[in-house]
Amino acid sequence: MSSIKLYPARPEKVYFFGTCLIDMFFPEAGLDGIRLLEREGIEVLYPDDQTCCGQPAYTSGYHDEARSVAEAQLDLFPEPWPIIVPSGSCGGMMRTHYGQLFAGTAREDQARQVASRVFELTEFLVHVCHLKLSDQGEPQKLAMHTSCSARREMGLAETGPALLAQLGQVELVEQARASECCGFGGTFAVRHPEVSAAMVEDKARAIEEAGADHFVTSDCGCLMNIGGRLEHQKRELKGEHIASYLWRRTS
Amino acid sequence: MSSPVQTFTPQQFHRQAHEALENPQIRANFRKAMDGLIGKRREAFDDWELETLRELGANIRLRALSRLPDLLERLEANCEANGIRVHWAEDGDDACRLITRICERHQARSVIKGKSMVTEEMHLNEHLGRAGIEALESDLGEYLVQLNEQTPSHIIMPAIHLNTDEISTILHERTGTEQTRDVDAMTAAARAQLRERFMAADVGISGVNFAVAETGTLCLVENEGNGRMTTTAPPVHIAVTGIEKVVEHLADVPALYALLTRSATGQHVTTYFNMITSPRKAGEHDGPQEVHLVLVDNGRSRIYQDDELLDTLRCIRCGACMNHCPVYTRVGGHTYGTTYPGPIGSILMPHLMGLEATKDLPSASSLCGACGEVCPVKIPIPDLLVRLRREAVGEGKGNVPGAGAKRSRKELAAWKGWQWLATHPGAWRGAAGVAGKFRAMAPSHLGPWTEYRTAPRPAKTSLHALIKRRRQEGDS
Repeated sequence: MSSIKLYPARPEKVYFFGTCLIDMFFPEAGLDGIRLLEREGIEVLYPDDQTCCGQPAYTSGYHDEARSVAEAQLDLFPEPWPIIVPSGSCGGMMRTHYGQLFAGTAREDQARQVASRVFELTEFLVHVCHLKLSDQGEPQKLAMHTSCSARREMGLAETGPALLAQLGQVELVEQARASECCGFGGTFAVRHPEVSAAMVEDKARAIEEAGADHFVTSDCGCLMNIGGRLEHQKRELKGEHIASYLWRRTS
Repeated sequence: MSSPVQTFTPQQFHRQAHEALENPQIRANFRKAMDGLIGKRREAFDDWELETLRELGANIRLRALSRLPDLLERLEANCEANGIRVHWAEDGDDACRLITRICERHQARSVIKGKSMVTEEMHLNEHLGRAGIEALESDLGEYLVQLNEQTPSHIIMPAIHLNTDEISTILHERTGTEQTRDVDAMTAAARAQLRERFMAADVGISGVNFAVAETGTLCLVENEGNGRMTTTAPPVHIAVTGIEKVVEHLADVPALYALLTRSATGQHVTTYFNMITSPRKAGEHDGPQEVHLVLVDNGRSRIYQDDELLDTLRCIRCGACMNHCPVYTRVGGHTYGTTYPGPIGSILMPHLMGLEATKDLPSASSLCGACGEVCPVKIPIPDLLVRLRREAVGEGKGNVPGAGAKRSRKELAAWKGWQWLATHPGAWRGAAGVAGKFRAMAPSHLGPWTEYRTAPRPAKTSLHALIKRRRQEGDS
């Protein structure tokens, strides 16, 4: 969190780890992330055998099961290319927890090596690609919810807003208590549904009250949660993954 | 009307959370108070090199813990040399018996107490009550909570769950104070009531914020002066503390004090900072004739045995983790049903009460990381919550009482199923395909999730399939 991350020069190729939520529920967000990278002249390698980073089991305390699933991902990135993850939550899992998850096992070195190559998508676009965006869209008031994992675990509170700030026609509005959790928390939403509901209720209201026409997140867990809440309340306000928004407005 | 007497237990976390969430008064009181405290902390640290200071605080605590057995012996030796009598208590009951015995030796009938969470932990007041000794809380918040027959809902601000009107009613009903909304008038009334009791008390009992090993000094941080009264007016002072509160040097105190007050209430200094090094000396006009220090283990040395869990003992009890916790803010302190609520409570109480009783606490966090971010001594609270979840489901090291209490065959089977699928990529892609094909049949009701949100629907085509198609079509 407080350590300084050194960024590599723009590589020729990257790996893309799409995450299970994107794979199953928001595939366009994954594809849009890939498109943004390819537009920068980077070849994107998508290992077909990828499934899940292992986080759901990890945070639930099932570390043996999480390790087994994480282990199945380790061999998918044999070349030294960066691994781009369009999620602060899965990215945070891989970057900050893989080392300790495999500590003392034969795979520890490999796990630490993989972890060191993991970048969250917006982080990579800002710090490695130095992405320049040209807005083609209509004027819009936009709110961004940065996931807690992106914000705190990966220290990336600024990268999403930095990209959005380049969109000339987009006014970024800030919701009250922007840094507060939306209440998703993976299995937390299932184990403590009422507390989680109270949190997402507040988050959805704050985004509405900020006057946003639309919102984006860097994590599909938050998107499913906040978007699902707004839809449940039959609200007009909709959200999407930041990769889709950036691609749509600049292509 | 004051609230009826309620008993809260960690076993009832879900029911208590439900009731708190349904109570607009509780919701509003906590939200307002926590927003205020978050703002004050932010302002207090504004011109400080916060990260450097946190690093310093963490290192001071780590150094102290790494030498804990040695420091405790030095503390004992130096306190004894200063005339402070040191007692060791293995658990809460042991400590209660010890304290009661000291009180009885002085034929004490009335005890005045400064704020002390460790005495809450051991239910000292009830214990003393059974021995016919009346213990009165002198911290204003603690006093109100005691009058209302409740327990503290916050470790720094025990009565934070009450608003002005509720406090006015409690003071009116329990002490005959005239009903008013004037906070100063209420404070003055409580102060007058307490003042008499300070003068009449046979024994004063306080907590300790930092116990300095090299000098045998007990530091007490407070704002109301009640701590100073408690430790000086009665003829006997008993200081009670957990064994982890020891620091090595006097020079370690300023950094921790700076972190504590800023993190807790956003104050640069508190109104009072007491350093107690001995009982009244010959020729001195005031101060107690006897000072005792009770060092309480109560599960702490067990925590100390585990390299990872050990970090729990760094805590300096500032309460910032609860102030910043989105769960605590919504359900309040009583919901946890434990002496220490919020994130620190969820990582500490399982050790004190066992995971059987507290198994719902480590999971009562979205792991948002706000607690770890503000902790002045950098306790990795989210990691420790995950560790306790592991212990709860029986996949940890077994170093926590009640480990495995949450083990469920059904849940394990579900994770094993997930594990199988996620380690068989072909089957995974197949499952995604099937889910997409039958997406119209995807359940629109998913338990409690869909009471508040719509159900997520599987995409028609998974990312795996989209990419495969893209490769075939050579699309860009």
